[in-house]
Amino acid sequence: MPDTATAGGFLPVLAIVLPVAGVLLSLALGGRQAERVALALMPIGLAVAVAIAVGVWRTHNVLQYLVGSWDPPLGVAFRADGLSAAMLVATALLVCGIGLFARDQFSSPERLEARAPFVFWTLLLAVWGALNAVFVGGDLFNLYVALELLTFAAVPLVSLDGRAETMAAALRYLLFALFGSILYLLGAVLFYGAYGTLDIVLLSGRIRAEPTAWAAISLMTAGLLAKAALYPFHLWLPPAHAGAPAAASAILSGLVVKAPFFLVIRLWFDIMPRMPQPAAAQVLGVLGAAAIVVGSIVALRQARLKLLIAYSTVAQIGYLFLVFPLAVKPETGHPWGTFAWTGGVLQALSHAFAKAAMFMAAGLIAEALGHDRIAGLAGIGRALPITVFAFGLGGLSLMACRPAAALARKRCCWRRQSRKASGGGL
Amino acid sequence: MSGATVYGLCSAALVGLGLFGLIVHPEPLRKILAFNLIGGGVFLLFGVVARKGAAAGFGGDPVPQALVITGLVVAFAATALAVGLLIRLSQEADVQPRSRMDSQP
Repeated sequence: MPDTATAGGFLPVLAIVLPVAGVLLSLALGGRQAERVALALMPIGLAVAVAIAVGVWRTHNVLQYLVGSWDPPLGVAFRADGLSAAMLVATALLVCGIGLFARDQFSSPERLEARAPFVFWTLLLAVWGALNAVFVGGDLFNLYVALELLTFAAVPLVSLDGRAETMAAALRYLLFALFGSILYLLGAVLFYGAYGTLDIVLLSGRIRAEPTAWAAISLMTAGLLAKAALYPFHLWLPPAHAGAPAAASAILSGLVVKAPFFLVIRLWFDIMPRMPQPAAAQVLGVLGAAAIVVGSIVALRQARLKLLIAYSTVAQIGYLFLVFPLAVKPETGHPWGTFAWTGGVLQALSHAFAKAAMFMAAGLIAEALGHDRIAGLAGIGRALPITVFAFGLGGLSLMACRPAAALARKRCCWRRQSRKASGGGL
Repeated sequence: MSGATVYGLCSAALVGLGLFGLIVHPEPLRKILAFNLIGGGVFLLFGVVARKGAAAGFGGDPVPQALVITGLVVAFAATALAVGLLIRLSQEADVQPRSRMDSQP
Protein backbone atom coordinates (compact mmCIF):
# COMPACT_ATOMS: atom_id res chain seq x y z
CA MET A 1 0.00 0.00 0.00
CA PRO A 2 2.62 2.61 0.86
CA ASP A 3 4.25 2.55 -2.56
CA THR A 4 1.43 3.13 -4.98
CA ALA A 5 -0.33 6.29 -6.02
CA THR A 6 -4.11 6.08 -5.71
CA ALA A 7 -6.83 7.43 -7.94
CA GLY A 8 -7.63 10.96 -6.92
CA GLY A 9 -4.14 11.23 -5.46
CA PHE A 10 -3.64 14.50 -7.30
CA LEU A 11 -6.22 16.18 -5.05
CA PRO A 12 -3.94 16.58 -1.99
CA VAL A 13 -1.29 18.08 -4.25
CA LEU A 14 -3.87 20.42 -5.75
CA ALA A 15 -4.78 21.56 -2.23
CA ILE A 16 -1.19 22.79 -1.82
CA VAL A 17 -0.61 24.04 -5.35
CA LEU A 18 -3.72 26.24 -5.54
CA PRO A 19 -2.92 28.63 -2.66
CA VAL A 20 0.77 28.73 -3.58
CA ALA A 21 -0.15 29.60 -7.16
CA GLY A 22 -2.40 32.30 -5.72
CA VAL A 23 0.51 33.77 -3.74
CA LEU A 24 2.71 33.85 -6.83
CA LEU A 25 -0.09 35.34 -8.91
CA SER A 26 -0.68 38.06 -6.31
CA LEU A 27 3.00 38.91 -6.26
CA ALA A 28 3.08 39.09 -10.05
CA LEU A 29 -0.12 41.09 -10.47
CA GLY A 30 0.66 43.52 -7.65
CA GLY A 31 -1.14 44.98 -4.71
CA ARG A 32 -4.67 45.66 -5.79
CA GLN A 33 -5.28 42.26 -7.37
CA ALA A 34 -4.28 40.24 -4.29
CA GLU A 35 -7.76 40.50 -2.79
CA ARG A 36 -9.46 39.35 -5.99
CA VAL A 37 -7.05 36.44 -6.43
CA ALA A 38 -7.60 35.31 -2.85
CA LEU A 39 -11.38 35.60 -3.03
CA ALA A 40 -11.50 33.77 -6.37
CA LEU A 41 -9.37 30.90 -5.06
CA MET A 42 -11.38 30.37 -1.89
CA PRO A 43 -14.37 28.52 -3.39
CA ILE A 44 -12.04 26.43 -5.57
CA GLY A 45 -9.92 25.49 -2.57
CA LEU A 46 -13.04 24.62 -0.60
CA ALA A 47 -14.24 22.41 -3.47
CA VAL A 48 -10.88 20.60 -3.54
CA ALA A 49 -11.00 20.02 0.22
CA VAL A 50 -14.54 18.66 -0.01
CA ALA A 51 -13.52 16.44 -2.93
CA ILE A 52 -10.70 15.01 -0.82
CA ALA A 53 -13.08 14.36 2.05
CA VAL A 54 -15.58 12.66 -0.26
CA GLY A 55 -12.79 10.60 -1.84
CA VAL A 56 -11.51 9.40 1.53
CA TRP A 57 -15.07 8.73 2.72
CA ARG A 58 -16.02 6.71 -0.37
CA THR A 59 -12.92 4.58 -0.75
CA HIS A 60 -12.26 4.20 3.01
CA ASN A 61 -8.67 4.55 2.04
CA VAL A 62 -5.84 7.02 1.98
CA LEU A 63 -5.48 9.27 -1.06
CA GLN A 64 -1.82 9.10 -1.96
CA TYR A 65 0.38 10.88 -4.45
CA LEU A 66 4.04 10.11 -5.09
CA VAL A 67 5.99 13.09 -6.33
CA GLY A 68 7.68 12.18 -9.62
CA SER A 69 6.56 8.56 -9.15
CA TRP A 70 9.53 7.94 -6.88
CA ASP A 71 8.68 5.49 -4.12
CA PRO A 72 9.54 6.35 -0.53
CA PRO A 73 12.13 6.25 1.05
CA LEU A 74 13.73 7.99 -1.92
CA GLY A 75 10.66 9.88 -3.04
CA VAL A 76 8.20 12.03 -1.15
CA ALA A 77 4.58 10.99 -0.64
CA PHE A 78 1.53 13.15 -0.01
CA ARG A 79 -1.24 11.34 1.82
CA ALA A 80 -4.70 12.44 2.82
CA ASP A 81 -6.41 10.22 5.39
CA GLY A 82 -9.60 10.86 7.31
CA LEU A 83 -7.96 13.17 9.81
CA SER A 84 -6.27 15.18 7.07
CA ALA A 85 -9.54 15.46 5.18
CA ALA A 86 -11.36 16.77 8.25
CA MET A 87 -8.66 19.35 8.90
CA LEU A 88 -8.54 20.35 5.22
CA VAL A 89 -12.28 20.96 5.04
CA ALA A 90 -12.30 22.88 8.32
CA THR A 91 -9.38 25.00 7.17
CA ALA A 92 -10.98 25.77 3.83
CA LEU A 93 -14.29 26.72 5.48
CA LEU A 94 -12.55 28.96 7.99
CA VAL A 95 -10.36 30.63 5.40
CA CYS A 96 -13.47 31.37 3.32
CA GLY A 97 -15.25 32.81 6.35
CA ILE A 98 -12.29 34.89 7.42
CA GLY A 99 -11.86 36.10 3.84
CA LEU A 100 -15.45 37.32 3.75
CA PHE A 101 -14.99 39.01 7.11
CA ALA A 102 -11.71 40.63 6.12
CA ARG A 103 -13.12 42.20 2.95
CA ASP A 104 -14.30 45.03 5.15
CA GLN A 105 -11.08 45.64 6.99
CA PHE A 106 -8.60 44.91 4.23
CA SER A 107 -10.39 45.97 1.08
CA SER A 108 -7.91 47.46 -1.36
CA PRO A 109 -8.43 51.16 -2.02
CA GLU A 110 -9.37 52.05 -5.58
CA ARG A 111 -6.28 53.79 -6.84
CA LEU A 112 -3.61 53.57 -4.20
CA GLU A 113 -1.57 50.46 -3.65
CA ALA A 114 -1.82 49.90 0.08
CA ARG A 115 0.60 47.64 1.79
CA ALA A 116 -1.41 46.13 4.63
CA PRO A 117 -4.23 44.67 2.43
CA PHE A 118 -1.74 43.26 -0.06
CA VAL A 119 0.32 41.63 2.69
CA PHE A 120 -2.79 40.30 4.42
CA TRP A 121 -4.35 38.63 1.36
CA THR A 122 -1.06 37.18 0.15
CA LEU A 123 -0.21 35.82 3.58
CA LEU A 124 -3.73 34.44 4.04
CA LEU A 125 -3.16 32.30 0.95
CA ALA A 126 0.36 31.42 2.13
CA VAL A 127 -0.94 30.27 5.53
CA TRP A 128 -3.60 28.22 3.78
CA GLY A 129 -1.08 26.53 1.48
CA ALA A 130 1.31 25.81 4.36
CA LEU A 131 -1.49 24.37 6.50
CA ASN A 132 -2.60 22.11 3.66
CA ALA A 133 1.01 21.00 3.21
CA VAL A 134 1.17 20.11 6.90
CA PHE A 135 -2.10 18.18 6.73
CA VAL A 136 -1.21 16.04 3.71
CA GLY A 137 2.56 15.74 4.15
CA GLY A 138 3.81 12.18 4.46
CA ASP A 139 7.50 12.89 4.96
CA LEU A 140 8.99 14.29 8.16
CA PHE A 141 11.38 16.65 6.40
CA ASN A 142 8.69 17.87 4.07
CA LEU A 143 6.59 18.56 7.14
CA TYR A 144 9.49 20.57 8.59
CA VAL A 145 9.52 22.76 5.50
CA ALA A 146 5.73 23.12 5.68
CA LEU A 147 5.95 24.14 9.35
CA GLU A 148 8.57 26.75 8.53
CA LEU A 149 6.46 28.11 5.70
CA LEU A 150 3.57 28.36 8.13
CA THR A 151 5.75 30.28 10.61
CA PHE A 152 7.03 32.65 7.97
CA ALA A 153 3.50 33.34 6.80
CA ALA A 154 2.05 33.70 10.29
CA VAL A 155 4.68 35.94 11.90
CA PRO A 156 4.17 38.97 9.62
CA LEU A 157 0.40 38.67 10.18
CA VAL A 158 1.04 39.50 13.84
CA SER A 159 2.81 42.76 13.07
CA LEU A 160 0.52 43.81 10.24
CA ASP A 161 -0.16 47.23 11.76
CA GLY A 162 3.55 47.95 12.24
CA ARG A 163 3.36 49.17 15.84
CA ALA A 164 6.44 48.55 17.98
CA GLU A 165 4.58 46.37 20.47
CA THR A 166 3.13 44.06 17.83
CA MET A 167 6.53 43.79 16.20
CA ALA A 168 8.03 42.81 19.54
CA ALA A 169 5.29 40.18 19.85
CA ALA A 170 6.04 38.95 16.32
CA LEU A 171 9.76 38.69 17.08
CA ARG A 172 9.07 36.74 20.24
CA TYR A 173 6.72 34.43 18.32
CA LEU A 174 9.37 33.93 15.64
CA LEU A 175 12.07 33.08 18.19
CA PHE A 176 9.84 30.51 19.89
CA ALA A 177 8.88 29.05 16.52
CA LEU A 178 12.50 28.83 15.38
CA PHE A 179 13.44 27.11 18.63
CA GLY A 180 10.63 24.64 18.01
CA SER A 181 11.46 23.95 14.40
CA ILE A 182 15.15 23.40 14.98
CA LEU A 183 14.37 20.85 17.70
CA TYR A 184 11.94 19.19 15.29
CA LEU A 185 14.65 19.05 12.62
CA LEU A 186 17.13 17.56 15.09
CA GLY A 187 14.65 14.80 15.86
CA ALA A 188 14.07 14.20 12.16
CA VAL A 189 17.83 13.79 11.58
CA LEU A 190 18.03 11.26 14.39
CA PHE A 191 15.16 9.31 12.83
CA TYR A 192 16.86 9.33 9.45
CA GLY A 193 20.18 8.28 10.97
CA ALA A 194 18.60 5.38 12.85
CA TYR A 195 16.09 4.05 10.32
CA GLY A 196 17.14 5.45 6.94
CA THR A 197 13.76 6.93 6.08
CA LEU A 198 11.64 9.95 6.88
CA ASP A 199 8.45 8.57 5.40
CA ILE A 200 5.80 8.24 8.11
CA VAL A 201 4.41 4.88 6.94
CA LEU A 202 7.82 3.28 6.43
CA LEU A 203 9.04 4.70 9.73
CA SER A 204 6.11 3.25 11.65
CA GLY A 205 7.07 -0.18 10.30
CA ARG A 206 10.76 0.10 11.16
CA ILE A 207 10.71 1.87 14.50
CA ARG A 208 11.76 0.00 17.62
CA ALA A 209 11.63 0.92 21.28
CA GLU A 210 15.22 2.09 21.71
CA PRO A 211 16.95 5.22 23.02
CA THR A 212 17.42 6.80 19.57
CA ALA A 213 13.72 6.64 18.80
CA TRP A 214 12.84 8.06 22.21
CA ALA A 215 15.36 10.89 21.88
CA ALA A 216 14.13 11.72 18.39
CA ILE A 217 10.45 11.73 19.22
CA SER A 218 11.00 13.65 22.47
CA LEU A 219 12.93 16.37 20.64
CA MET A 220 10.31 16.61 17.92
CA THR A 221 7.47 16.72 20.43
CA ALA A 222 9.19 19.40 22.51
CA GLY A 223 9.72 21.48 19.40
CA LEU A 224 6.10 21.11 18.34
CA LEU A 225 4.90 22.01 21.84
CA ALA A 226 6.81 25.29 21.58
CA LYS A 227 5.01 25.99 18.32
CA ALA A 228 1.64 24.90 19.65
CA ALA A 229 2.07 27.10 22.76
CA LEU A 230 1.37 24.36 25.28
CA TYR A 231 1.73 25.54 28.87
CA PRO A 232 5.39 26.16 29.62
CA PHE A 233 5.85 27.51 26.08
CA HIS A 234 2.70 29.64 25.99
CA LEU A 235 4.35 32.99 26.69
CA TRP A 236 4.50 34.14 23.08
CA LEU A 237 0.87 33.45 22.23
CA PRO A 238 -1.22 36.07 24.07
CA PRO A 239 0.64 39.21 22.91
CA ALA A 240 0.94 37.86 19.37
CA HIS A 241 -2.69 36.80 18.99
CA ALA A 242 -4.13 39.78 20.82
CA GLY A 243 -2.03 42.34 18.97
CA ALA A 244 -2.83 41.16 15.46
CA PRO A 245 -5.79 42.61 13.50
CA ALA A 246 -9.02 40.67 14.14
CA ALA A 247 -9.00 38.68 10.90
CA ALA A 248 -5.35 37.75 11.41
CA SER A 249 -6.00 36.74 15.03
CA ALA A 250 -8.77 34.46 13.83
CA ILE A 251 -6.37 32.67 11.48
CA LEU A 252 -3.59 32.47 14.04
CA SER A 253 -5.70 31.28 16.94
CA GLY A 254 -8.13 29.13 14.99
CA LEU A 255 -5.83 27.45 12.52
CA VAL A 256 -2.10 28.06 12.88
CA VAL A 257 -1.70 26.54 16.36
CA LYS A 258 -3.58 23.44 15.17
CA ALA A 259 -0.83 22.47 12.72
CA PRO A 260 1.79 21.55 15.36
CA PHE A 261 -0.92 19.79 17.39
CA PHE A 262 -1.82 17.81 14.27
CA LEU A 263 1.82 16.81 13.87
CA VAL A 264 2.08 15.69 17.50
CA ILE A 265 -0.93 13.46 16.80
CA ARG A 266 0.80 12.15 13.67
CA LEU A 267 3.97 11.40 15.62
CA TRP A 268 2.40 9.62 18.56
CA PHE A 269 -0.51 7.87 16.89
CA ASP A 270 0.87 7.15 13.41
CA ILE A 271 4.58 6.57 13.91
CA MET A 272 4.62 5.22 17.45
CA PRO A 273 1.46 3.11 17.78
CA ARG A 274 3.28 -0.12 18.51
CA MET A 275 5.42 1.21 21.29
CA PRO A 276 4.54 1.42 24.98
CA GLN A 277 3.95 5.08 25.65
CA PRO A 278 1.64 5.71 28.65
CA ALA A 279 4.33 7.64 30.52
CA ALA A 280 4.85 10.10 27.67
CA ALA A 281 1.11 10.49 27.23
CA GLN A 282 0.80 11.26 30.94
CA VAL A 283 3.43 13.99 30.63
CA LEU A 284 1.52 15.58 27.75
CA GLY A 285 -1.70 15.27 29.72
CA VAL A 286 -0.20 16.92 32.80
CA LEU A 287 1.11 19.81 30.70
CA GLY A 288 -2.33 20.11 29.12
CA ALA A 289 -4.03 20.17 32.52
CA ALA A 290 -1.59 22.81 33.74
CA ALA A 291 -2.31 24.86 30.61
CA ILE A 292 -6.05 24.68 31.30
CA VAL A 293 -5.67 25.87 34.89
CA VAL A 294 -3.07 28.59 34.26
CA GLY A 295 -4.63 29.79 31.00
CA SER A 296 -8.11 30.02 32.49
CA ILE A 297 -7.02 31.81 35.67
CA VAL A 298 -4.90 34.34 33.78
CA ALA A 299 -7.70 34.82 31.24
CA LEU A 300 -10.10 35.77 34.01
CA ARG A 301 -7.72 38.45 35.23
CA GLN A 302 -7.38 40.20 31.87
CA ALA A 303 -8.72 43.71 31.41
CA ARG A 304 -8.86 43.58 27.59
CA LEU A 305 -11.20 41.41 25.58
CA LYS A 306 -8.70 40.24 22.97
CA LEU A 307 -6.15 39.25 25.60
CA LEU A 308 -8.86 37.33 27.42
CA ILE A 309 -9.66 35.37 24.25
CA ALA A 310 -5.96 34.78 23.62
CA TYR A 311 -5.44 33.35 27.11
CA SER A 312 -8.53 31.21 26.59
CA THR A 313 -6.72 29.80 23.55
CA VAL A 314 -3.85 28.80 25.85
CA ALA A 315 -6.36 26.91 28.03
CA GLN A 316 -8.07 25.31 25.02
CA ILE A 317 -4.74 24.06 23.68
CA GLY A 318 -4.39 22.33 27.03
CA TYR A 319 -7.71 20.58 26.41
CA LEU A 320 -6.40 19.40 23.03
CA PHE A 321 -3.43 17.72 24.66
CA LEU A 322 -5.64 15.88 27.16
CA VAL A 323 -6.45 13.55 24.28
CA PHE A 324 -3.08 11.84 24.68
CA PRO A 325 -3.50 10.23 28.11
CA LEU A 326 -7.16 9.51 27.33
CA ALA A 327 -6.71 7.87 23.93
CA VAL A 328 -3.59 5.85 24.62
CA LYS A 329 -4.29 2.17 24.84
CA PRO A 330 -1.55 0.15 26.45
CA GLU A 331 -3.22 -3.05 25.23
CA THR A 332 -3.26 -3.96 21.56
CA GLY A 333 -5.31 -2.08 19.05
CA HIS A 334 -5.22 1.33 17.50
CA PRO A 335 -6.18 4.42 19.47
CA TRP A 336 -8.16 5.80 16.51
CA GLY A 337 -11.32 3.97 17.41
CA THR A 338 -11.59 5.33 20.92
CA PHE A 339 -14.11 7.93 21.95
CA ALA A 340 -11.39 10.12 23.34
CA TRP A 341 -9.57 10.26 20.04
CA THR A 342 -12.67 11.29 18.15
CA GLY A 343 -13.39 13.76 20.92
CA GLY A 344 -9.94 15.28 20.68
CA VAL A 345 -10.25 15.86 16.96
CA LEU A 346 -13.75 17.29 17.33
CA GLN A 347 -12.38 19.58 20.02
CA ALA A 348 -9.67 20.84 17.67
CA LEU A 349 -12.20 21.53 14.92
CA SER A 350 -14.83 23.16 17.11
CA HIS A 351 -12.21 25.30 18.83
CA ALA A 352 -10.99 26.47 15.44
CA PHE A 353 -14.46 27.72 14.46
CA ALA A 354 -15.42 29.07 17.87
CA LYS A 355 -12.19 30.92 18.49
CA ALA A 356 -12.15 32.44 15.01
CA ALA A 357 -15.73 33.64 15.54
CA MET A 358 -14.83 35.14 18.92
CA PHE A 359 -11.81 36.99 17.61
CA MET A 360 -13.75 38.40 14.67
CA ALA A 361 -16.60 39.48 16.95
CA ALA A 362 -14.09 41.06 19.34
CA GLY A 363 -12.59 42.89 16.39
CA LEU A 364 -15.98 44.33 15.46
CA ILE A 365 -16.64 45.32 19.06
CA ALA A 366 -13.27 47.03 19.32
CA GLU A 367 -13.95 48.82 16.04
CA ALA A 368 -17.36 50.03 17.21
CA LEU A 369 -16.19 51.20 20.63
CA GLY A 370 -12.66 52.26 19.77
CA HIS A 371 -11.29 50.10 22.61
CA ASP A 372 -11.72 46.58 23.94
CA ARG A 373 -11.52 47.12 27.68
CA ILE A 374 -13.89 44.66 29.31
CA ALA A 375 -14.95 47.20 31.97
CA GLY A 376 -16.20 49.53 29.21
CA LEU A 377 -18.28 46.96 27.33
CA ALA A 378 -21.59 47.66 29.10
CA GLY A 379 -24.50 48.05 26.69
CA ILE A 380 -22.62 46.62 23.72
CA GLY A 381 -25.31 43.96 23.31
CA ARG A 382 -27.80 46.65 22.31
CA ALA A 383 -25.40 48.38 19.94
CA LEU A 384 -24.13 45.26 18.14
CA PRO A 385 -26.66 42.50 18.83
CA ILE A 386 -25.57 40.11 16.04
CA THR A 387 -21.89 40.48 16.85
CA VAL A 388 -22.41 39.83 20.53
CA PHE A 389 -24.66 36.90 19.64
CA ALA A 390 -21.86 35.39 17.51
CA PHE A 391 -19.40 36.01 20.33
CA GLY A 392 -21.72 34.28 22.76
CA LEU A 393 -22.25 31.35 20.41
CA GLY A 394 -18.49 30.91 20.17
CA GLY A 395 -18.20 30.98 23.93
CA LEU A 396 -21.06 28.53 24.37
CA SER A 397 -19.46 26.21 21.84
CA LEU A 398 -16.22 26.26 23.83
CA MET A 399 -18.20 25.60 27.01
CA ALA A 400 -19.83 22.62 25.28
CA CYS A 401 -23.44 23.81 25.38
CA ARG A 402 -26.06 21.67 23.77
CA PRO A 403 -26.18 22.13 20.02
CA ALA A 404 -22.44 22.55 19.73
CA ALA A 405 -20.04 19.98 18.44
CA ALA A 406 -17.98 20.60 21.52
CA LEU A 407 -20.64 18.85 23.59
CA ALA A 408 -20.02 15.67 21.67
CA ARG A 409 -16.32 15.83 22.29
CA LYS A 410 -16.64 16.61 25.97
CA ARG A 411 -18.96 13.65 26.31
CA CYS A 412 -16.44 11.49 24.47
CA CYS A 413 -13.70 12.61 26.82
CA TRP A 414 -15.80 12.12 29.92
CA ARG A 415 -16.90 8.68 28.91
CA ARG A 416 -13.37 7.60 28.28
CA GLN A 417 -12.14 9.25 31.43
CA SER A 418 -14.73 7.62 33.64
CA ARG A 419 -13.97 4.26 32.13
CA LYS A 420 -10.30 4.71 32.72
CA ALA A 421 -10.91 5.92 36.25
CA SER A 422 -13.08 2.94 37.05
CA GLY A 423 -10.42 0.64 35.67
CA GLY A 424 -7.81 2.34 37.80
CA GLY A 425 -5.98 3.47 34.69
CA LEU A 426 -5.78 7.16 35.42
CA MET B 1 37.30 6.96 17.67
CA SER B 2 36.15 7.32 14.09
CA GLY B 3 35.72 10.59 12.25
CA ALA B 4 31.96 10.28 12.32
CA THR B 5 31.98 10.01 16.11
CA VAL B 6 34.13 13.13 16.47
CA TYR B 7 31.83 15.09 14.19
CA GLY B 8 28.80 13.74 16.01
CA LEU B 9 30.20 14.91 19.35
CA CYS B 10 31.03 18.29 17.80
CA SER B 11 27.48 18.67 16.58
CA ALA B 12 26.13 17.71 20.00
CA ALA B 13 28.36 20.36 21.58
CA LEU B 14 27.16 22.99 19.09
CA VAL B 15 23.52 22.16 19.73
CA GLY B 16 24.13 22.29 23.49
CA LEU B 17 25.92 25.65 23.32
CA GLY B 18 23.22 27.09 21.07
CA LEU B 19 20.44 25.85 23.30
CA PHE B 20 22.18 27.39 26.32
CA GLY B 21 22.53 30.72 24.51
CA LEU B 22 18.95 30.67 23.30
CA ILE B 23 17.59 30.13 26.80
CA VAL B 24 19.99 32.26 28.85
CA HIS B 25 20.51 35.43 26.79
CA PRO B 26 17.67 37.94 26.81
CA GLU B 27 18.87 39.97 23.79
CA PRO B 28 17.06 38.99 20.58
CA LEU B 29 20.20 39.25 18.41
CA ARG B 30 22.05 36.80 20.64
CA LYS B 31 19.04 34.49 20.49
CA ILE B 32 19.12 34.63 16.69
CA LEU B 33 22.83 33.82 16.68
CA ALA B 34 22.25 30.97 19.13
CA PHE B 35 19.56 29.62 16.82
CA ASN B 36 22.12 29.62 14.01
CA LEU B 37 24.57 27.78 16.27
CA ILE B 38 21.98 25.03 16.88
CA GLY B 39 21.33 24.99 13.15
CA GLY B 40 25.05 24.47 12.51
CA GLY B 41 25.06 21.54 14.89
CA VAL B 42 22.02 19.97 13.26
CA PHE B 43 23.46 20.34 9.77
CA LEU B 44 26.73 18.80 10.94
CA LEU B 45 24.67 15.89 12.25
CA PHE B 46 23.19 15.53 8.76
CA GLY B 47 26.75 15.15 7.47
CA VAL B 48 27.48 12.48 10.07
CA VAL B 49 24.33 10.61 9.08
CA ALA B 50 25.33 10.81 5.41
CA ARG B 51 28.71 9.37 6.31
CA LYS B 52 27.12 6.58 8.30
CA GLY B 53 25.11 5.65 5.22
CA ALA B 54 28.44 5.09 3.48
CA ALA B 55 28.79 1.90 5.50
CA ALA B 56 26.21 0.36 3.14
CA GLY B 57 28.82 0.36 0.38
CA PHE B 58 28.19 3.77 -1.20
CA GLY B 59 30.60 6.66 -1.03
CA GLY B 60 28.06 8.58 1.00
CA ASP B 61 24.31 8.83 1.40
CA PRO B 62 23.08 11.60 -0.92
CA VAL B 63 19.67 12.13 0.75
CA PRO B 64 20.96 13.93 3.88
CA GLN B 65 23.00 16.22 1.62
CA ALA B 66 19.89 17.22 -0.26
CA LEU B 67 18.14 17.78 3.07
CA VAL B 68 21.01 19.94 4.35
CA ILE B 69 20.75 22.26 1.37
CA THR B 70 17.03 22.74 1.95
CA GLY B 71 17.61 23.16 5.66
CA LEU B 72 20.27 25.80 5.07
CA VAL B 73 17.95 27.78 2.83
CA VAL B 74 15.17 27.64 5.41
CA ALA B 75 17.50 28.62 8.26
CA PHE B 76 18.88 31.48 6.19
CA ALA B 77 15.39 32.74 5.40
CA ALA B 78 14.43 32.45 9.07
CA THR B 79 17.48 34.42 10.16
CA ALA B 80 16.82 37.09 7.54
CA LEU B 81 13.22 37.45 8.69
CA ALA B 82 14.23 37.64 12.36
CA VAL B 83 16.97 40.20 11.73
CA GLY B 84 14.64 42.23 9.52
CA LEU B 85 12.03 42.30 12.26
CA LEU B 86 14.68 43.25 14.80
CA ILE B 87 15.91 46.17 12.65
CA ARG B 88 12.36 47.46 12.15
CA LEU B 89 11.74 47.11 15.85
CA SER B 90 14.82 49.14 16.80
CA GLN B 91 13.90 51.83 14.24
CA GLU B 92 10.38 51.91 15.62
CA ALA B 93 11.76 52.19 19.14
CA ASP B 94 13.94 55.18 18.16
CA VAL B 95 11.15 57.06 16.44
CA GLN B 96 8.03 57.60 18.50
CA PRO B 97 5.61 54.73 17.86
CA ARG B 98 3.41 55.44 14.86
CA SER B 99 -0.09 54.19 15.01
CA ARG B 100 -0.65 52.68 11.57
CA MET B 101 1.26 50.98 8.83
CA ASP B 102 -0.31 53.14 6.11
CA SER B 103 2.32 55.79 6.69
CA GLN B 104 4.93 53.32 5.50
CA PRO B 105 5.92 53.10 1.82
